Amino acid sequence: MKRALFAGSALVLVVGFWLGASYYKEWRTAELGFLAQESASTFVRPHSPTLGSEDARVYIVKFTDPACETCAAFSKYTKEAMDAFPGQVRFVVRYAPFHAGADDAVRILEAARLQGKFWETLELLYRRQDTWTRHHRVLIDEIWPLLPEVGLDVERVKADMMDPRITAIIEQDLADAKELGVRRTPGYFVNGKPLEPFGARPLGALIKAEVRAQYPD
Amino acid sequence: MRYFHRDPPASSTSAIDSDWILVFVCWLIASVSALGSLFFSYVMEFAPCVLCWYQRICLFPLVIVLARGLFPFDRHVVKYALPLAAIGWLLAAYHNLLYAGIVPASLQPCSQGVSCTEEYVELLGFLSIPMLAMLSFTALLGILITLRRRTRQ
Repeated sequence: MKRALFAGSALVLVVGFWLGASYYKEWRTAELGFLAQESASTFVRPHSPTLGSEDARVYIVKFTDPACETCAAFSKYTKEAMDAFPGQVRFVVRYAPFHAGADDAVRILEAARLQGKFWETLELLYRRQDTWTRHHRVLIDEIWPLLPEVGLDVERVKADMMDPRITAIIEQDLADAKELGVRRTPGYFVNGKPLEPFGARPLGALIKAEVRAQYPD
Repeated sequence: MRYFHRDPPASSTSAIDSDWILVFVCWLIASVSALGSLFFSYVMEFAPCVLCWYQRICLFPLVIVLARGLFPFDRHVVKYALPLAAIGWLLAAYHNLLYAGIVPASLQPCSQGVSCTEEYVELLGFLSIPMLAMLSFTALLGILITLRRRTRQ
């Protein structure tokens, strides 16, 4: 009797947890889908760096932290998707600098953008991440010597990076990340649908499914 | 050896039963709280702050210790569960004072990553996560103290 009560309760708890989790995920996806229709600007701001055709109907939005290792490791998958579906996919970068000091890395990126070197600098920061991050902290002085490699004027970067417009971009992106429930990086949304569960394979599947839905032929 | 085979008096059987139920209820509260905290961090993806982790250190073992004390029933389980519940209660109390702003935030032992005073959810408009922890530890502590008093009589 007591054992049955105990085992029954344990079962109810575990099943309840599992049902609650799947219900919550469904609800969250539905809510984000609604948000994607009603307020698309939360996903893509006019200031956001984008790559790909203007006419593309599939938007991959990535909330990224330049100091995040998984973000660096995942950058190749969006490149693969852009190559696999030319003209159909557009890639949008949003900032979620959660690591200590990562907002400085974002400032450098935005300053590089003023010199027309955004994507090169992003690729450089990802590739050389181990030299300028240690124990999840940003070592900004290790970034400067890397920058000339992509043809950046370092003194101009230093002068531009404290621009209040850059501060505003970071604050807006962090506010949108909070609104969309992005608490870890990278945070992916494909046409407003969150990547769930997280992983390279699910990301590929989500992009493929959305391309099929938008370009049925 | 014979002593152990004697049937216990009828009154003590019912006392064992009600004590067993109380330990079982404690186990239920601890399990629901543990799963709830896991739900917040792994399903809703709220990053747990440092104080939350300290409280979990007191909470999670209770699930195992209390369950072990149920089969076969061992009153001494209270001896092992009570310190955990008491320390957890103190941490929860401190966390609530911090959250309410009664203790100044400069004293908080939180790392830069996650603030202990960041508001994540307010169930029914007033139940915050630290409040839920406080309720759970208060219930656990109350029941365990009652059990200890009964055992001593």
